Amino acid sequence: MSASAITTGLLPADYREYALRLGDNALILGQRLSEWCGHGPFLEEDIALTNLSLDLIGQAQLLLELAGSQGDDTEQKTADELAYLRDADAFRNVLLVEQPNGDFAHTMVRQYLMDVYDEILYSELIRSGWQPLADIARKVLKEIRYHKQHSGDWLWRLGQGTDESHQRMQQAVDDLWFYTPELFENDDLQQRLQAAGVAPDMASIQTRWQAGVLPALKQAGLRPPESGWVATGGRKGHHSEHLGYILAEMQFLQRAYPGCEW
Amino acid sequence: MADMPLWEVFIRNQNGLHHKHVGSLHAADEKMALQNARDVYTRRKEGVSIWVVESRHVHASDPQDKAVWFEPADDKIYRHPTFYDLPDEVKNI
Repeated sequence: MSASAITTGLLPADYREYALRLGDNALILGQRLSEWCGHGPFLEEDIALTNLSLDLIGQAQLLLELAGSQGDDTEQKTADELAYLRDADAFRNVLLVEQPNGDFAHTMVRQYLMDVYDEILYSELIRSGWQPLADIARKVLKEIRYHKQHSGDWLWRLGQGTDESHQRMQQAVDDLWFYTPELFENDDLQQRLQAAGVAPDMASIQTRWQAGVLPALKQAGLRPPESGWVATGGRKGHHSEHLGYILAEMQFLQRAYPGCEW
Repeated sequence: MADMPLWEVFIRNQNGLHHKHVGSLHAADEKMALQNARDVYTRRKEGVSIWVVESRHVHASDPQDKAVWFEPADDKIYRHPTFYDLPDEVKNI
């Protein structure tokens, strides 16, 4: 046991698991957005979506590198190995980010819900006691703040747009809302990370997220659905069927041609 | 999208003193135009400041006036500052 493990009570596997949670969220959302490449509603937005995707995949690269550097030589992995050679049940992303792009409304609602979450989370993580994570958070935060401006504008424009755009946005909120409680799950690892000063208090993140999202929905003329079924499982590797399809496409090349570079 | 107006985009680069025209794009309003300009024209660190102007507000000289407007300057080389010695203190000319 290292000296830091004695003072924090955390093991390398705990640090790895937390970096995977953050990194997999970014990777899967980035991969989802990349599906829009060449299919955007108009050229300028097509490029904007691709920019968001590349930001997220860049974040994933840093976070998965950090995850892979934990533990001894036998446990360490490269970011590429973690991204391309893990099966679905080893992924730790929340279910929200693996939900299908659907129409542009679903993509933008999903994006906005995540952007607000990420902005609040990473604005806390820049003060994390885990210094390498705090350094990554500083870079991530700048990118996320732009993402939120972009998705927040669309939330308002389409929510207050035509009857059809409003109806599609409301449908997206209704469909995706029940995936959001998972963002704030406060499991055993999360509590130990918080106690060690690595991660923030999730209850306060949730309060701040609601204080950001609910007025924005209202301003856009949208409302969250009544409480109901709540999705969970991503942190334990229990994913929706969608993740398998995402990985089949994302991992194909490395699975078919191991070690291939281009 | 066909119903969104066209905008002209001007970018000032890191060491630039003025904004230069870089292209055009479609956007519903100035807010979207600025975001789109950021996403389309500053991906490779091209700039640190953006101006957008709706294209309909740009008034252009008539190409047919080219000879009348611009060729009279051709034989007036004395207007060029090349005949003067510039003091070292004067920058950015």
